[in-house]
Amino acid sequence: MSHGPSAPAHAHGHGGEAAPYVPVFTEGSARRRELDDLISRYPSRRAALLPALWMVQQDRGWISEDAMREVGEQLDCTAAYVKGVVTFYTMYHQHPVGRHFIQVCTTSPCLCAGADDVVKAFLEHTGCKELGLTSPDGKYTVIEVECLGACGFATPVQINEDYVECVTPEKVPGLLAALGD
Amino acid sequence: MGYPHKSHPQETPVLSKHFGDPAARTLEGWKARGGYTALAQALTMAPTAIQDVVKASGLRGRGGAGFPTGLKWSFMKLDDGKPHYLCCNADESEPGTFKDREIMRWTPHALIEGVAIGAYAIGAETAYIYIRGEFSEPIRVMEAALAEARAAGVIGPNAMGSGKRIDIWVHKGAGAYICGEETALMNSIEGKRGNPRIKPPFPAVSGLFGQPTTINNVETLTAVPHILNNGAEWYKGMCLSSPKSTGSKLFSVCGNVARPGNYEVVLGFSFKDFLYDLCGGPPAGRKFKAIIPGGSSVPVITIEEAEQVRMDYEGFLEVGTMLGSGGVIIFDDAQSMPRQLARLARFYAHESCAQCTQCREGTAWMTRILERIVAGQGTFEDLDTIFDLSESMTGKTICVLSDSCAAPVVSGIKRFRGEFEALITGRRSSTVAVGG
Repeated sequence: MSHGPSAPAHAHGHGGEAAPYVPVFTEGSARRRELDDLISRYPSRRAALLPALWMVQQDRGWISEDAMREVGEQLDCTAAYVKGVVTFYTMYHQHPVGRHFIQVCTTSPCLCAGADDVVKAFLEHTGCKELGLTSPDGKYTVIEVECLGACGFATPVQINEDYVECVTPEKVPGLLAALGD
Repeated sequence: MGYPHKSHPQETPVLSKHFGDPAARTLEGWKARGGYTALAQALTMAPTAIQDVVKASGLRGRGGAGFPTGLKWSFMKLDDGKPHYLCCNADESEPGTFKDREIMRWTPHALIEGVAIGAYAIGAETAYIYIRGEFSEPIRVMEAALAEARAAGVIGPNAMGSGKRIDIWVHKGAGAYICGEETALMNSIEGKRGNPRIKPPFPAVSGLFGQPTTINNVETLTAVPHILNNGAEWYKGMCLSSPKSTGSKLFSVCGNVARPGNYEVVLGFSFKDFLYDLCGGPPAGRKFKAIIPGGSSVPVITIEEAEQVRMDYEGFLEVGTMLGSGGVIIFDDAQSMPRQLARLARFYAHESCAQCTQCREGTAWMTRILERIVAGQGTFEDLDTIFDLSESMTGKTICVLSDSCAAPVVSGIKRFRGEFEALITGRRSSTVAVGG
């Protein structure tokens, strides 16, 4: 439910230029076994699409067009179909993001508790110039996110996988320091 | 990341009894607290007998709609020879609502037991718990508990030695409020974009993978083992006002309040006592102004209205709002209602799946108008346009997302019109705060 990160300038239209794509679900790999196990939980292969995309993102940090093609081949659907799904859900990254992906909830319950100031503090202390842009050192990307479902612990911030609750602007420098590199 | 408060003496902790107790998370710990006795009993009963007990208890869906659970289960044709599915809706994304997260974090086996009983009662061998992608911790806790339950044979091909198959899997979402809508949820499990489906056909006829399906909220299913253990009469007896609203309910409280958090009370509880005694009243030096009592999709009411309300499905309807999911969002007298409602409208505009014109255009247009008013560039015609727009956004789309955007906005303008007019005329309203 994020207002997703924007594409870094260099990522536009250069899908195939980098090193050749290394598949995630190679025959005999642990990921392939995991995917086969997941497929067995559903009466249709396509139902494993969301979990398969999660695996790609876990391993690669984002989901490239090549990865979409690979996932489509595994699950009997076209790359275009996979892209349709990837673009619907806000948590799938269509571009690389910072090593620490920071999502600050600013929906009304958090807004009235001061979430805007938390956003400002993150932008200031990470060196991210604006929401959605990655800091020059590649370390952080900060975005606003819609309701994280932790409204009683305003302001919740999701940093990579996990939530940090009751974040105030004063806590931001300490939180960033604790993240390490 | 602990649970923030001990139970208030006026709470009735049934579902929340073990919140904050890590020992309750394990299979052994759950069994030591009376867990899985209801499932064992259920597996000796006819599915229709379980449906009858739940019907008699008066349990209604806790996700927002308040539909009678036993009745919903009885829509499933038990001997139609088709595979049936149960989906547990754990996509908790309604602003103001954070109760299911606590259920999953602290009492995963309570939910597993409820899901297993529900699956058996509707003739399903497979159940999926659809958890929103952001909920990493609840997902980890649920996966660990499911693995334990599977390894111990509590669920699986021969659940508790009954000869019945009950498989339960977690399906992780990927960021989309709309997937909490039941037909969008099913599409999402099927590996599709989370667009809601036109009804009919209803899920009980053609749902997940085209088969008969029931979708229940986390809190609803978690209440079921308690009903089987203690009886329908016991559950029905938990009622302080309308006999149509029975049992205990978790209310998530957030916004400008002294003690935010989850509170479990018997339906029909006085909202005034709830707000001032349990939740500790407003923050120091402030007054409550407005409340959205059932998650952001229901109409906003004034504190004066709220103080008259009984906390049940009928009570909230009487003042023109709804109990909804029980997500109570409180605004104090320092908050600007136009600013808050503009932000809420932006939420819906962001989350619209964009299938229906009225929703795709309406939520975005409403947001732009409200943001214009907040920026001091609105006109009186803008307010009329919003009312006009809200007509086409209500009751005319595939799902209720656009209705949910219009409800708080329209009610908010009706009740706090002075704040909007002050922004339009450039006068400073006494109730409009600087920072909002």
